[in-house]
Amino acid sequence: MYDLAVIGGGPAGLAAAYSAYEKGLRNIIILERDKELGGILNQCIHNGFGLHRFKEELSGPEYAHRYIEMVQDTSVEVKLDTMVIEITPDKKIFLDSPSGYECIEAKSIVLSMGCRERTRGAISIPGTRPSGVFTAGAAQRYLNMEGLMAGKRVVILGSGDIGLIMARRMTLEGAKVLACVEVMPYSGGLTRNIVQCLNDFDIPLYLSHTVTEIRGDKRLEGLTVMEVDENRRPIPGTEMEFDCDTLLLSVGLIPENELTRGAGIEMDPRTNGAYVFENMETSIEGVFACGNVVHVHDLVDFVSAESARAGEAAADYVLNGPVKGDYIRLVNGDAVGYTVPQKIHRDTVADKIDVFFRVRSVFGKSQIVISSGDTEIQVFKRPYMAPGEMEHIVISADKLKGFDTVTVSAKEA
Amino acid sequence: MYDVAIIGCGVIGSSIAYRLSKFNLKTVVLEKENDVAMGCTRANSAIIHAGYDPAEGTLMAKLNVRSVDLTKELCEKLDVPYAQIGSLVLAFSDEESEHVRRLYDRGVTNGVPGLRILSYDEAKAMEPNIADNVTCALYAPTAAVINPWEYALALAETAVTNGVELRLEAEVKSIAKTDAGFAITAGEDTIEAKYVINCAGAEADVIHDMVLPHAFEILPSKGAYYLLDKSEGTRTKHVVFQCPTKVGKGVLVSPTVHGNLIVGPNAADCAVGDTSAGADDLAFVRKMAVKSVPSIDFRQNIRNFAGVRPNSTNDDFIIHMQDGFCDVAGIKSPGLASAAGIAEYVEQMLTDNGVVLTEKASYTDTRTQPRFKEMSHEARAEIVKKDPKFGRVICRCETITEGEIIDSIRRPIVPRTVDAIKRRCCAGMGRCQGGFCGPRVVEILARELGVSRQDIDKDKTGSYIVRERED
Repeated sequence: MYDLAVIGGGPAGLAAAYSAYEKGLRNIIILERDKELGGILNQCIHNGFGLHRFKEELSGPEYAHRYIEMVQDTSVEVKLDTMVIEITPDKKIFLDSPSGYECIEAKSIVLSMGCRERTRGAISIPGTRPSGVFTAGAAQRYLNMEGLMAGKRVVILGSGDIGLIMARRMTLEGAKVLACVEVMPYSGGLTRNIVQCLNDFDIPLYLSHTVTEIRGDKRLEGLTVMEVDENRRPIPGTEMEFDCDTLLLSVGLIPENELTRGAGIEMDPRTNGAYVFENMETSIEGVFACGNVVHVHDLVDFVSAESARAGEAAADYVLNGPVKGDYIRLVNGDAVGYTVPQKIHRDTVADKIDVFFRVRSVFGKSQIVISSGDTEIQVFKRPYMAPGEMEHIVISADKLKGFDTVTVSAKEA
Repeated sequence: MYDVAIIGCGVIGSSIAYRLSKFNLKTVVLEKENDVAMGCTRANSAIIHAGYDPAEGTLMAKLNVRSVDLTKELCEKLDVPYAQIGSLVLAFSDEESEHVRRLYDRGVTNGVPGLRILSYDEAKAMEPNIADNVTCALYAPTAAVINPWEYALALAETAVTNGVELRLEAEVKSIAKTDAGFAITAGEDTIEAKYVINCAGAEADVIHDMVLPHAFEILPSKGAYYLLDKSEGTRTKHVVFQCPTKVGKGVLVSPTVHGNLIVGPNAADCAVGDTSAGADDLAFVRKMAVKSVPSIDFRQNIRNFAGVRPNSTNDDFIIHMQDGFCDVAGIKSPGLASAAGIAEYVEQMLTDNGVVLTEKASYTDTRTQPRFKEMSHEARAEIVKKDPKFGRVICRCETITEGEIIDSIRRPIVPRTVDAIKRRCCAGMGRCQGGFCGPRVVEILARELGVSRQDIDKDKTGSYIVRERED
């Protein structure tokens, strides 16, 4: 019986395992489906990682390596090439690996399986079904891990960060990136990536546009792009034709929660992740979740921080028993798409509560208001907010204790 | 000299090849694409219809009803996913209620067992997510869902195992009548055969006209679909139809045999080979589907596709033999559901036309395929112990292991593309649509086939995936 089983050895799982160990747990196992630790960071060879966590700029593999080294210095057991097939509510874990199909048991579990990319099907792009349509991450894997090019003349749909990074990467590898097309009137990625990956390479960004037809019988031969109205419907007469062999999709990420659902854990339809408490515990006692499996982050630094809290809480659960008592519910107010956590234990040991959320539209000078009924609990000022950038606020736990539900909302100042 | 040349290896060509493989015949199948089941068979509703829809007295009615049991038996023998879930035809008005009653009468005449007309309450009890304005429904318990391309593959594989020769990328360019039979130019080669069976699907009229005077035309009609994630797979329990019209059986909503939800198709005239799913096609499908089942969550869509119906200028299937040339053409819906009966019928037609069929002393008539996901915990442990490649999950969404992919590659009809792997073992069929496993499948295929990854196509020949990086 393990004290803690961590499902997934990417940045979230590594940070959770490490901090659980630091908190005093010893019998920990990381189950990783790939042949090495590090998760998706291994294919993110660009820099920009670690500015918050390590106060220096690292590449993805470098960032992963820092944590891999930290974990290697502990007694945490790592099982690679191992896929978890099923988790039961009583914390049995069925896993498949070339060394055998087996069932292990753990006193606590951290879910850190990450997320996957939305595909062509998720957005129903009309047309034929040739090769040459890739998710940006798949093209990134081919290029950075396998040394193979997805194509030569490229259009990118969606302005998510992976798409922006790949616009630059493909350009540097000699491809012609013709355009980045975004259906929303604002970018879905970080401002710094718009500047460094599109503007610096003169790649046009078409906001409020989308791909309306894919052509080609074998390999992709061309695309039609159209402007969309405020209901995201294509406007006739705005057709632009692109002659290209490759379409990269960067149209959002979905937390990968099949195991979570299989275990019967309550899910939040807004995040597509589990409902979590402030200590990252899910609806099953002793099962915690962290990183992109809970909600999609922009920066790995915040994944690490969140996952450290999950690891510490798992250790606390095993060593000191569960956090008991009722909880305060966090509610999404105006312009707020979701919050993580969604619940806060009233008797939490934390004195400060980290709350993460995304706004639904772009804001200039604005305010984040924490309230309950007519009572304003706390107000945070922001010069700018956008859906592409996750917001982080820290609320004093003391200020929340008297309320049952607390609303997080955003408004122009 | 072959005894029989079958042109086209969709579900019809495969079914006939399978039947003929039991006899002492030298048979060849000529397929223009790089795999079997690449035309109408790969993209359709995947339904084994009960048989109440075709007009009384037609070949369609006879062969559809005859095939219901035959298909079930074949799927059991050859390990093809099949589920007899039954179907409902919903009526939304008095006029449609009348239509449902006519379908019932026709079904009874056609010999369809177990038909019942359900009141709204009965239908709603069986299928709680149907619309509230349903007036009545026809229930057909013998309708089933199937994996159509695996069905064709299983039949073709078994035929090949029994000595039938399959030539892929062998497009028939011309057929000349000879004293002994026919000389067929297919791909780079010319072969001779005593008899020719034309199963060329949407291009059957072109093949026919190479030999006999023009007699019919194929009028391809495409239909677009949504395929939804398994999270939507229990939205309905049965195949839920609307009242059929002249152009097709209307938009249906059904669980697939794999547990997804399929929604479609529309019907639109198209050119041969046009399988684009247009924005208008998809919009129509959505609009019609929510009429039957208002709560479908289309955000769970994982793939759109379109398939072609080989409709013809004839109202019925065209199955006819003349001077050693046999047309099996215009096999529109319920073609998949009738394939087994069509093959039986063609076998009889060959006999009637003087072809001597003597059964082989021995032949293979079973087939199994490992399906890790469906195994018990104990069976999984055992197979991984035997072959550690079953311990490596390649397709996360569908839980397909490297062992299953390698098994697919070593089957009698060697898959050479990523989609061919998908058709054999479902890798890449799930919610991420090969986003994660695609590169790994390319790697395994390249390794097992001894080619470079750049040589692996996604689907049709020429649909390359990656190119060499330039220095």
